[in-house]
Amino acid sequence: MAEKKEEFIKVKANWNIPYTHSAGKCASHFFQEMKEKKRIFGIRCPKCQRVMLPPRSFCERCFVETTDWVPVKDEGVVDSVSINYMEYTGMPKPPYAIAFIKLDGSDSRLMHFVGGVDLSDWKKAKELVKIGTRVKAVWKEEREGRMTDIMYFKPISAK
Amino acid sequence: MRRVAIIGVGQTKFRTRRDDATHEELTFEGVSRALEDAALSISQIESFVYGTMDPFDGVNSPDKWCVGGAGAVGKPYIKISTGGTTGLTTGIAAYHQVASGAFDIAMAVCTQRVGVGDDAQSILNTCVCPIYERDAGAGAITVGAQQASRHMFKYGSTDYQRALVSVDAHKNALNNPYAHIQVDVTPEDVMNSRMIEWPLRLLECCPRSDGACAVIFASEEQAKKLCPKPAWVWGEASIIDSYWWGERPDLADWDILSLAGRRLFKMAGIENPIKEIDVAELYAPFTSQTLLELEALGFCGKGESGPQIEKGVFKMDGEMAVNPSGGVLCTNPIGATGLVRLVEACLQVTGKAEKRQVPDAEVALAHAWGGTMQLHALMIVGKHKR
Ligand SMILES: [Zn+2]
Repeated sequence: MAEKKEEFIKVKANWNIPYTHSAGKCASHFFQEMKEKKRIFGIRCPKCQRVMLPPRSFCERCFVETTDWVPVKDEGVVDSVSINYMEYTGMPKPPYAIAFIKLDGSDSRLMHFVGGVDLSDWKKAKELVKIGTRVKAVWKEEREGRMTDIMYFKPISAK
Repeated sequence: MRRVAIIGVGQTKFRTRRDDATHEELTFEGVSRALEDAALSISQIESFVYGTMDPFDGVNSPDKWCVGGAGAVGKPYIKISTGGTTGLTTGIAAYHQVASGAFDIAMAVCTQRVGVGDDAQSILNTCVCPIYERDAGAGAITVGAQQASRHMFKYGSTDYQRALVSVDAHKNALNNPYAHIQVDVTPEDVMNSRMIEWPLRLLECCPRSDGACAVIFASEEQAKKLCPKPAWVWGEASIIDSYWWGERPDLADWDILSLAGRRLFKMAGIENPIKEIDVAELYAPFTSQTLLELEALGFCGKGESGPQIEKGVFKMDGEMAVNPSGGVLCTNPIGATGLVRLVEACLQVTGKAEKRQVPDAEVALAHAWGGTMQLHALMIVGKHKR
């Protein structure tokens, strides 16, 4: 076969399909509490007693249903963190910090943004958003019942 | 279970884009090379296991598209999709087919075109839960970056130690004609490259690659007849953790990999991994993951990987060569990458690794991970029967 580089044709295509996911009974309750009362609830496993956040209707370790809603503070500690400086299709505008946050009263970590501080220079940002930093939720005024009802968690020491 | 050998391996050159070929044509290329290596004809392959991760190629089930290129029409055919683990899970599935006695000769084949999509991170973001987690903007890089920040915090690993991982990988890739990225880099180059997701910089992250590879498994009886120098499978393990990464005990420790590693070493009869294994091909698209994987598999103690890397323990001429192929950091056709690890492990123990041959390599380990730090697959191959 003759190989001339300029002869390779490219065919454009798109795969952009809207979906509507089911949150289910458990997450729906969790989101209603966030939306209406700015409250965060974990759920306790009746067997191993751990408080799961985000809450799920069963404990996969014990394989039993969970029923006890437990209020969790909207404050906690950063357990791990990364700060993104790249822009990706359909994703939030950089820079943004992603953290796994252990909220007071929860036994697992919630993935969310840490914000409310200047992240533009990573050298400064990594000192503002550190493992061990205490953070508090900053809520949206207009809430829809979604994780983004919390805009981000803000370092408590930050003005 | 029966004893199984690998009697042929093949791979294409990996590049960002292979505009000279379609998905099925790339598959044909990879499969043809494995057949050539094994001196077999396609009619001798009894069963096929095909691995890919659909959304990267923008085709729903490219396994259907490429069946002709695999040479599988009219034969048994199973598709595997386990994220980054896919390639090695595909290998394990083909191994099981032969070990169980279901077939005497089976082929694992993987094709992936990460380069045809404009943005792999957006696709990777769809891996996480759409209800609770997707809005937080995490991609695969987030996995490596969170592990890095946590490992630095808990064990004091450094940017320099991670830079050395990149330097060693890039040097090794220079000797691998199939590797995608082939440039020599210094620790300074790595530490001055663009910040992607703190603490990871550009030269600490893998490229997006197009390519295919294939591995042929045979029963002991067939291997004796067909192949003068096979690679013998000593053991394998696969494992899955919870989907929920916020429930991992500590992101600095890859506990689920440790568990899989212990099962693997038991099956393969390995008592002292670093002494008994000559080559480890680890799936580490981000520098930080080499650190966690070395520790999780017991090639060094917890928190010791950084200092050991500084001492050169895992270089080509070190105590155990890590990623002589240049690894995932230099080549990442995601759903094929795990099988590329096995291809390299086989080339090393059969003495076919040419310029990157680790002298006297007799035992090699292949590893892959996938999902939200969720899945692992492992295989050990040896020059001799176990
Ligand atoms: Zn439980």
